[in-house]
Amino acid sequence: MSLAGGDAADAKIPATPLVEFQAVTKRFPGVLANDAVSFALHPGEVHVLLGENGAGKSTLIAMLAGMQQPDGGEILVQGKPGTIASPARALAMGIGTVFQHGMLVPTLTVAENLALGGQWWRRPSRAAISARLAETCAELGLDIDPDAVAGKLSLGEQQQVEIIRALWRGGKVLVLDEPTAMLAPPGIAALGTLMRRMAASGIGIVFITHKLDEALDFGDRISVLRAGRIVGAVEAQLLKTLPRAEVTERIIGLMFASAAPRAPVQATASRTHAELGSPVLQVTGAGMKDASGRQVLRDISFTVQEGEIFGLAGIDGNGQRELAELLAGQAAGSGIVLLDGQNITGLDVAARSRLGLRYVTDDRLGEGTERGFPVSLNLLLKQIGAAPFWRAGVARDGLIDEHADQLVRAFDIRTPSIHTPIGRLSGGNIQKALLARELSGPARAVIYCKPTYGLDLQNIEAARTRILQAAATGIATILISTDMDEIIAMSDRIGVIVGGELRRIIPNAGNARAEAGRLMAGLDDGVARPESVHVH
Amino acid sequence: MSTEPEILALRAEAPSPWPTLRAALPRLAMTLGPVALAITLSGAVLLATGVNPLAYYALVVRQGLLSADGFQETITQAGPLMLLGASLIVSFRAGLWNLGVDGQFLLGAVAAGAAAPWLVGVMPDGPALVLAMLIAMASAAAWSLLPAYLRAHGGINEIITTLMMNFLGLSLANVLIKLVFIDPATTLPVTRTLPVPDRLPRLFGSTVDIGVILAFLLLTATHLALTRTAWGLRVRLLGANPRAARHAGLNVPRMTIFIFILSAALAGLAGAIMVLGTLGNVRADWDPGFGFVVIPLVFLARLNGWAVMGLVFAFAMLSIGSQSAAIRLGVPQYFNFLLVGLLLFFLALVEYFGQRARMV
Repeated sequence: MSLAGGDAADAKIPATPLVEFQAVTKRFPGVLANDAVSFALHPGEVHVLLGENGAGKSTLIAMLAGMQQPDGGEILVQGKPGTIASPARALAMGIGTVFQHGMLVPTLTVAENLALGGQWWRRPSRAAISARLAETCAELGLDIDPDAVAGKLSLGEQQQVEIIRALWRGGKVLVLDEPTAMLAPPGIAALGTLMRRMAASGIGIVFITHKLDEALDFGDRISVLRAGRIVGAVEAQLLKTLPRAEVTERIIGLMFASAAPRAPVQATASRTHAELGSPVLQVTGAGMKDASGRQVLRDISFTVQEGEIFGLAGIDGNGQRELAELLAGQAAGSGIVLLDGQNITGLDVAARSRLGLRYVTDDRLGEGTERGFPVSLNLLLKQIGAAPFWRAGVARDGLIDEHADQLVRAFDIRTPSIHTPIGRLSGGNIQKALLARELSGPARAVIYCKPTYGLDLQNIEAARTRILQAAATGIATILISTDMDEIIAMSDRIGVIVGGELRRIIPNAGNARAEAGRLMAGLDDGVARPESVHVH
Repeated sequence: MSTEPEILALRAEAPSPWPTLRAALPRLAMTLGPVALAITLSGAVLLATGVNPLAYYALVVRQGLLSADGFQETITQAGPLMLLGASLIVSFRAGLWNLGVDGQFLLGAVAAGAAAPWLVGVMPDGPALVLAMLIAMASAAAWSLLPAYLRAHGGINEIITTLMMNFLGLSLANVLIKLVFIDPATTLPVTRTLPVPDRLPRLFGSTVDIGVILAFLLLTATHLALTRTAWGLRVRLLGANPRAARHAGLNVPRMTIFIFILSAALAGLAGAIMVLGTLGNVRADWDPGFGFVVIPLVFLARLNGWAVMGLVFAFAMLSIGSQSAAIRLGVPQYFNFLLVGLLLFFLALVEYFGQRARMV
């Protein structure tokens, strides 16, 4: 992968950017998605927006594509302030977007897909479209059959069609939302070449990714988004002149440094990395394939001791959820799981839960609870039929209510009544209810999947305190999180998961943050660094 | 799985086991509102055709409810409808849309109609009738296994498969009657007739047989099991949120198949009591289509067993009463379908606006 074809970037950059964000702010209920974001896109450059999931990339794209309107600040298009009121307006202003998930009609041909969105009173001319497609393909060095059925093309080819469609309808600015997420390495390289060619022809490209390598390979400029803000940028000059290792170091610093004052971890002080007991949860050779046969987990082995918090760091979608479901017994895979020395590999969710293996899902309303059921029943959702709450299969409302009253008090769940449908509670209180459910009874090992995701400060603190307290009683804890601060603040050891593989397990000491960040960004030289050596 | 407003609303409205009066009132209004609207608009249609709607409704009530014969017929008719209601409640509560109840009903009827005349010849009436009912339930359950399996293990939409199985079921019932179980004593395509003394015993010298009692008990049991037991909670969890069911450790495929079997068995039993109690035999091409009459009623009742009972009784009264009214006032007998159709229409409408009101 090279920076070949970047001659346009060498040319003088014109003074007026194609698109400019000036302190753009976007709020959603309870979330500040974009906080005074400023950035500019010039013709003929690839501007990389680098950031983790939840950093605010999607919101930014939505505003560029005309699907969301900013709450504050201004978006200038070619120097003129204007409202991108709708997706159609965005296209008319020259901004074409290719979304992460395919938007082609799989049963139509390439030419038919390209004809969509034309004026309805006009019959699209296939010949004209084919000719224009051949022209564009020749320009960009692509080879696409206009009569191929879209669904039969490879993902990379489908993406090329989408890019062409976005170019045709927009023309000046191309926004690519994590375009490499679904591609294999050769496809990524091809996409990189394509991006360089398009930039060379004067198009401005916003390239969104969370992979550092791609950013460095294909980008002219890199802006790092974090927690809704642009925390730093590497300008074109620097990117070209500085040695790659130095740029990498700088960007990792921006992406993962402990800079977020939004979520201070007060609980840190109470954490001591000592007095770990015997192994509680032992996982050997865990693997899983998804429905299409893709290996989503590969040969994962680790052990969690009594009272230990094992942090599992990684960028979202790298197999964390799959691993949690495999361990909880909710999904099938390979490998062996031991709980307190007992082989539980063949047991189902209910049996594992009874033995003390609990799973706090991050999908609180999707699978963790049933929103229409009262709080009291949701607190027993994994024990339906168990004594003493049911006798001979018949519910004993008095005992069910008493149980709910106790947990509501013990876990400070704010609810109008234990009979209120749980869907009416706030996210923080639903999470409290989930924690109450999973931590009640004889819990031995608990898997937390993103336990503070989407919560406000106060509830983040409450959840973290609860997790630490539970660990202090000897519970072996697996903490899955995409929030590096959380991992660093709470874990004894840190495992980094990338592409379904546990890359390495490092003790949480010294430069663990930078080390884990490097592994997460896909940089692994395969050499274990000594913990004591600090890079800066 | 589906975006129809009714279905969504059913999920949102899943009655909590602790209904309060305040919560029950809007629900009651949502049930009775469409009924009142349907009766009013049907009355307007009657008026337009030159029939006094008040006279029509009065006749329906008098013939279906207040006359001794009509009342007994109404009660008898309500029996199979209640069992179909129980069958549908079980499957709908689990979020499984078993729309194949008519096929299952028919196969149950044919199985009972074929087995009973032979069984009463080889054993006493009591065991013979119980055995005939069990055979009917097993046949209907077997008929549901294919869609059940496809749903549980292939994720294949059961609405489509069960609907298609209805057509196959109707044809299979015909074939069985014409080729296998045909009464050799007649030239008509009909099963052997169960002699009147061997049929389900009647109550207190009336024409009502104990099939109605059985249906009443089973519908009651179904309702209580769904609302009061751990099993019922699992079924409701599966229906409300299949992902939460999986997360909570329920064996979703196994439950799916079991619920299909139970639902189909109840539908088959409905066919059996109709044959064993009232008809005595089954004619080829007989298809009362009760399932599709009960489905709207079950929706209207919001899957509540008691409400199903009331609505089924009202419908039975309407269909019995409208037979007399048809003769006396010259209103076509299928007029009651207009009433039910309007009922469905208003149900969907009220549901739609109720949904919107909740969202605001």
